[in-house]
Amino acid sequence: MSVKLLYFAWVRERVGKGEEVVEPPATVATVADLMTWLAGRGEEYAFAFENPKVIRAAINRAHVKASTPIAGANEIAFFPPMTGG
Amino acid sequence: MPATIRLQSADFDAGAEAALLTCGRTDIGAVVTFIGICRGSEAGAPVAAMILEHYPGMAEAEIARHVETAEARWPLLGVTVIHRYGRLVPGDNIVLVITAASHRHDAFAAAEFLMDYLKTRAPFWKKEERTDGAAWVDAKLTDEIAADLWAQVPPAAE
Repeated sequence: MSVKLLYFAWVRERVGKGEEVVEPPATVATVADLMTWLAGRGEEYAFAFENPKVIRAAINRAHVKASTPIAGANEIAFFPPMTGG
Repeated sequence: MPATIRLQSADFDAGAEAALLTCGRTDIGAVVTFIGICRGSEAGAPVAAMILEHYPGMAEAEIARHVETAEARWPLLGVTVIHRYGRLVPGDNIVLVITAASHRHDAFAAAEFLMDYLKTRAPFWKKEERTDGAAWVDAKLTDEIAADLWAQVPPAAE
């Protein structure tokens, strides 16, 4: 499954890019699985996802939990807790 | 009246935006205008500038969702939310929330609700430029608690 990933704030800085398209293996079923898989892609990813508990995610522009399945997702975003307002 | 939601790098005019909500109306008895402004210091350390990053598309959708929740919870007669992004310096406006209602309680409560949710749920991130370098602003637990409280408190206006 090909999916577009977006990174924001320090997640973007650590990964070194704002977006990319990836093809995770079928064993990657949830948002948490995806973070674990990404962390194994290289030093910059390992650094970005070293503490997945603090990273928030959105699928198709809606907030989701780490346990949410990624099947059917077109766009998945990873970012730190929000500091707007 | 449909809510006005805008994300922009340019400044806004709070007075003009409030006037747009009330123009020609005689049913509105209360307008609350909240402006969030970039501070020149944070915890005693001077801040030279602030970079506001956002998630285009999701930010608008997330604000719209919370505006709809506010409109369902309080009898509002108008809502405007404008959030700026990009580089802002101390004294610059960051965010504008305007709520209009027949009575002040509803306007005050809805404005505070919207701000509490914007702080913790709208996909914006602040990076501060300080004399010792730039750093992402940490999310505040107090903001998280404030937003969560609205989910626990039964709607007062119903």
